[in-house]
Amino acid sequence: MSDIRKALVDIVGERGVSDAPEELWFYSRDPGVLAPHKPDFVVAPKTAEEVQKIVQLANREKIPIVPMGNGMSLAGLVIPLKGGIVLDMKRMNKILEVNPMARYVVVEGGTSQGALKAYLQKNHPTLRHSIPDAPSTTTIAANVSLHGQGRLTNQYGFNSDMVTGLEVVLPTGEICRIGSPSIGPYWISKGPTLPDLSGLFLGWLGCTGVITKVGLKLYPNKKIRDAELFVTDRLDLIPHILYKLTHLEMLEDINVWFQPKPLMFLGNYHITIFFTGDTEEEVEFKRKMVWDCLQEYMDSKDGGFMSIQYMKPMLLEMPGRNIADFADVPKGGGFEYSGPIAPIEHFPQYAAKVVELAAKYNVLYASTARLISGGHSMMYSISFAFNRNDPAMMDRVEKALDEATAFALGMGGIPWKPNFKEQKMLLEKMEPNARRLLLMIKKNLDPQGIMNPGNWEVNA
Amino acid sequence: MTYIRHIEHENIVHRCFRCGYCKFPSDYSDFNCPSYKAFGWDTYSPGGRMWLTRAWLSGEIETSARFAEIMFSCVACDNCKDQCVFPRFKDFLPDIFQETRAELVGEGRIPPGVRDYFKAVAVSGNPYKLPQSERGDWAKGTGLKPYTNQKYLFYAGCVGSYDEVGKRMAKSVGKILVDAGLSVGILGGEEGCDGNDVRALGEMGLFAQLAQTNIEKFKAKGVKEIITLDPHALNTFKKDYPGLGGRFQVRHFTEVLAELIRKKKIKLKAYPVKITYHDPCYLGRHQSIYQAPREILKAIPKAEFVEMHRSGPDSFCCGGGGGNFFTDILGTAEDSASRVRVREAVQTGASILAVACPNCAKMLSDAVKMEHLEERLEVLGIAEILERARK
Repeated sequence: MSDIRKALVDIVGERGVSDAPEELWFYSRDPGVLAPHKPDFVVAPKTAEEVQKIVQLANREKIPIVPMGNGMSLAGLVIPLKGGIVLDMKRMNKILEVNPMARYVVVEGGTSQGALKAYLQKNHPTLRHSIPDAPSTTTIAANVSLHGQGRLTNQYGFNSDMVTGLEVVLPTGEICRIGSPSIGPYWISKGPTLPDLSGLFLGWLGCTGVITKVGLKLYPNKKIRDAELFVTDRLDLIPHILYKLTHLEMLEDINVWFQPKPLMFLGNYHITIFFTGDTEEEVEFKRKMVWDCLQEYMDSKDGGFMSIQYMKPMLLEMPGRNIADFADVPKGGGFEYSGPIAPIEHFPQYAAKVVELAAKYNVLYASTARLISGGHSMMYSISFAFNRNDPAMMDRVEKALDEATAFALGMGGIPWKPNFKEQKMLLEKMEPNARRLLLMIKKNLDPQGIMNPGNWEVNA
Repeated sequence: MTYIRHIEHENIVHRCFRCGYCKFPSDYSDFNCPSYKAFGWDTYSPGGRMWLTRAWLSGEIETSARFAEIMFSCVACDNCKDQCVFPRFKDFLPDIFQETRAELVGEGRIPPGVRDYFKAVAVSGNPYKLPQSERGDWAKGTGLKPYTNQKYLFYAGCVGSYDEVGKRMAKSVGKILVDAGLSVGILGGEEGCDGNDVRALGEMGLFAQLAQTNIEKFKAKGVKEIITLDPHALNTFKKDYPGLGGRFQVRHFTEVLAELIRKKKIKLKAYPVKITYHDPCYLGRHQSIYQAPREILKAIPKAEFVEMHRSGPDSFCCGGGGGNFFTDILGTAEDSASRVRVREAVQTGASILAVACPNCAKMLSDAVKMEHLEERLEVLGIAEILERARK
């Protein structure tokens, strides 16, 4: 391996390569419950050309490569299951271009969500991107490669739907532009009107290449954001309430959440409704529409709006820093969730399942669902917290999550950012010809099988 | 020999989620952890240190030069403490890193630069290995007299006493205090190292000796009120000395100068210049003193004060905190904190970068040279600026 080390140092310099026990230990794991596995090297490239040379080397030597952002999927997606090289992409963090009129930004893949937010606030305050609820350190490329979501997902779909072009280093080492930037200077379309090649990379979790640049749609950043919180104890009414809210076609984001702690939240379902406007008049109009829309549930005393003055700053914060708090509820530094994408009509069944699993495995739950594309589907998070010093609890959480995924698949849901075990469950359920197509794509793009092996491994 | 490792807050280390908020300032505009910024590995971030400390305490990783470098590259700037999203344990992050360094000191496995620093302080009483007799030389020409029974003791600290940039700063403060008619004296050749950075680097035995010696000396001389040049000294005098029986009224020189300006004891003339200000970590985040330096700079007629993008509680460390001023583990590469910071200062359009700490003054002065910004940016102590603006 010393020759490999030397070759890597030749590409990225001494400060860009580590095989020290400290880095190997740290980069062998993520904050979730899956077991760690050590890489042989951690490498931090600064340019696409460096990535290209690393991939070419890995190809020659048949060394696995795992591209990594901040490693916060919680699903073990950057654990190097078969060793090899973890590519820490966070040094590729330049914001390259903003086209304000066409409302897009081009960034290097390792750019953090937080840095992009700060950059837009400072330089283009009328523009915003869809900020995920993940910590601000998470990266743009990682987010789109796992079909992440954000604050604008209810309006505009998955964050990967907002991609306007990609630069990718293919598993065989070619640097390839995807979408309109393959034709001309503008990053305005990831696919249409061309065949949409972005699907070869988005959702593939780094198994088909390394995303080095991302074009991303930007959206109007309205001057005022506000929120209302509707509360009901009637689980059966949630899909209807959501359906009515989405019919308004004017809401920024809709989240449904419930949790057993603190006790004031127990037994209720909370729907946080976000809306925006450029004037008070616009905001108040939207607020009135929301209230009118849900008036019937207040008349029947099935629900009502909760006063949220004290919690509004927390609700409106992007990203929501309080979300990480869940990890410390059992004073143990961890939580993990299964996040199936499901029709909103299944909300009651999923909600009941969360409670059932938490009781069965004696773990603490919390759940937040987000509407996608105006209610076309929802991401339903089944979250369990654990104490990192309690391996038995971590084991119970892992089992509860496995069972949650099996349940979701049984309900016709699609697991979001599936871990390697969930991927296997998915592939077993997948229609055989679709599975063969996946295999064909993976084999052709990555003939040596070096890209994030252990993930999306398709058996013919 | 096998060491049984233990740190006081080891029951907390597993609670870090490694979410990474600790790396940023509150607006996420850039990485605000100097060691992460300089080295670029997650292991050099606060979350990395928390996870590695846990692995080290449990024996999953061994003590190594790399592990020691990771721990000693922390500059104790406290940004992580302010930005961590876990209110129930965030305040203990710097303690955990300091305790881990202390354990490494106990094992005797520390970087050579740290070892040499301890040695120099232990043997010579200062990190420069210069004679104690020269400690007060900086005060020549200021009018400052040896402390007898004056109201205030002006404490210069090691950098203010021996480093050229620090001495210039000490001199300007001393002169203004004297000219303003303050009853103030210095210990000169009798002054000892305050020990703040010795403590930050984990040599608790040496720190206790230094602190006890200082406390006894202060008490013997009847010192009640201390004005410090160095925010590092201010920090340990206020935070650590009371626990060792040293209870004194301690203020930073910027607080005193701001008061003197308010009382019209310092009279200022027009000085048309654009100034930005760098918050020292031990003055700002550690002691929450943000306004006094700004009050002084804003009081200068015709001077234009402008903030850097990262300022106040979000300020980016110069890289010289936590003993790194002497050990230089962060190094001087392009992404080293001091170089990043002077580039940020230049972006404001200011021609003067004001500082309130001799360590920051030296770090940033050197960085200006490394960045070839001598024609565009001058690093000056706040009192040095006042010297130019005094009537």
